[in-house]
Amino acid sequence: MDFNEKFRLMTAEDMNRVLLRMASQIVENNPDLSNVILVGIRRRGVPLAARLAQKILEMDQVTVTTGALDITLYRDDLSTVGDRPVVNRTELPGNITGKTIILVDDVLYTGRTVRAALDELIDFGRPHRVQLAVLVDRGWRELPIQADYVGKILPTSEREIVKVMLPEFDETEQVIVVEPQ
Amino acid sequence: MRLNRKDLLGIAELTAAEIELILETAETFRDINTRQIKKVPTLRGKTVINLFFEASTRTRTSFEIAAKRLSADAINISASTSSVVKGETLVDTALNLQAMAPDAIVIRHSSSGAPGRIAAIARAAVINAGDGTHEHPTQALLDALTIRHRKGRLAGLRVAIIGDILHSRVARSNIHLLTKMGAEVVLAGPRTLLPFDLEKIVDARPGRLCFARSVEEALRGADVVMTLRIQLERQSGGFFPSLREYSTQFGLNRRRLDLAKPEAIVLHPGPINRGVEIDSDIADGGASVILDQVENGVAVRMAILYLLAGGESA
Repeated sequence: MDFNEKFRLMTAEDMNRVLLRMASQIVENNPDLSNVILVGIRRRGVPLAARLAQKILEMDQVTVTTGALDITLYRDDLSTVGDRPVVNRTELPGNITGKTIILVDDVLYTGRTVRAALDELIDFGRPHRVQLAVLVDRGWRELPIQADYVGKILPTSEREIVKVMLPEFDETEQVIVVEPQ
Repeated sequence: MRLNRKDLLGIAELTAAEIELILETAETFRDINTRQIKKVPTLRGKTVINLFFEASTRTRTSFEIAAKRLSADAINISASTSSVVKGETLVDTALNLQAMAPDAIVIRHSSSGAPGRIAAIARAAVINAGDGTHEHPTQALLDALTIRHRKGRLAGLRVAIIGDILHSRVARSNIHLLTKMGAEVVLAGPRTLLPFDLEKIVDARPGRLCFARSVEEALRGADVVMTLRIQLERQSGGFFPSLREYSTQFGLNRRRLDLAKPEAIVLHPGPINRGVEIDSDIADGGASVILDQVENGVAVRMAILYLLAGGESA
């Protein structure tokens, strides 16, 4: 499928600024950072979690633990999608019981990914609190899920696709909105 | 990348890319088996029937655990407690099971080709858990996962397979898999227990498969040593004089293993006949990865069930 780029939502500098703000909000809301784990949802949540941790380190000289969650096995649409999605690793640092988990993802849309992530987290232990950080909230929720830290809120049409591009996976770093041709 | 097939009947029909996909997926499932809650909701509402016409502890339990850890319902049927003893044919058994709408049927049978026969009439995914002397694909896959884990790769390794090649579906599946993945396979065993069509198989894979004149020759320089079980239930043909003679000539002992590379690993599909095809000090020693194989078996079977039964209900 080919896509038309409609507009650019964020440049690399915009993303950097937004992540800095989100990092300072995280610090403000969580006085005890040693109890916090930033858990990125694969794929693009993982480098974003690492960046938030880096910003917190630069700001407060505190190293926040990070982890990665692959929610494939917890998806609610597995029996309807044609191809078996490739299963990747979930890597959580040690025991999560009693911790504050901050889930990190690139785009918040239907909320189904976050639902799956919550279910998976609970299978690993009983966190004290779970918070959600997303770079873009594009609306169209199908579940009662809201983010605690939002980079940018963007009203979208259902046809549109918000693409967060990161150097880890793409050639450039930016957020664009595209539409199928 | 996808596993574009309904059933897993053998390694022979798989491509190297498909084998790679299964191994990669299994790698992830290994992690689940180390968690405190060893269960994911992936196959919730799916039904897996384990249909075993031949004795098995390891494979049946492994498939059952794999299904349960994926939240599928697993039902075990063994021939001794089924309508087979009342004279029901294989096809009728399959049709009746199909009528109960399972998503996957795992079958072990003493006749080569039995799973293929069932696959042709069942809508469910059919997984071969060993058929006669034909194939045992999940065993070869778990062997590959074990080797890859220890050695970091399959390509370029020298793998010695020793023992009763003729009756071994494990050897057959492994020969297919290892040569497809770029390993070099050396076979050794009593002349009477080598398949009569060996030359044909060897010719088909120049440079990747060869026959050694002795166990010693096969072991020299091996990265991986795979010993096969002497299948006491299939030895009525007088293939070798006695178990003792077999052990003396072909059994894996310390002296023989020393011919392999110093960091060589030893595999055995189990159940082992201690002191026949393998000495106890080798089976229990540092080079042995026999229990790793069992552990990896669950992960491989989870991967297969996920890839074959994860989709729309059959």
